[in-house]
Amino acid sequence: MDAENQAQVKKIAEGVEREDGSNNVIVVLGASDIEGALISAETVTVGDPSFTGPLAGVSLRLPVYHILEPEIKQAVPQDVYEENAGIWELTVDTEKIGEEFKAIRKKNSREGD
Amino acid sequence: MKGGYGMDNWLEGKTAIVIGERDGVQGPSIATCLEAAGANVVYAVTECFV
Repeated sequence: MDAENQAQVKKIAEGVEREDGSNNVIVVLGASDIEGALISAETVTVGDPSFTGPLAGVSLRLPVYHILEPEIKQAVPQDVYEENAGIWELTVDTEKIGEEFKAIRKKNSREGD
Repeated sequence: MKGGYGMDNWLEGKTAIVIGERDGVQGPSIATCLEAAGANVVYAVTECFV
């Protein structure tokens, strides 16, 4: 995740928490490369693993999801989902993405508390 | 109609940050999905790694 996006994520997460004390913020990723998606997921939970961006050493512990995982799919109206993300379901293992992200949330995000 | 797959719509009312990717699902597409499910998308971007 580039430095500008890290800065935005940090600003939004901290701003919302300061404003109403809620932890209602989620991050949703769309990378088709699962390795890249997992690095981004790590960045918004335990901090930038490359230690170069604004989230280096910052543990936001945000619940992070992938648009192609079943948990997101089931909440989105079917026609909208198929039009916007459906084609990608054919190219990646959505069950595997779901398992990987679920494990990250359990281990690193507030949802796992 | 929300929650077209028939499950509880847990996305309703969530504040969402979207990080799409040019060679994957792009930011605006993800945002459209989440907004249709009732989430409030506050930031949506499409990353590009060349």
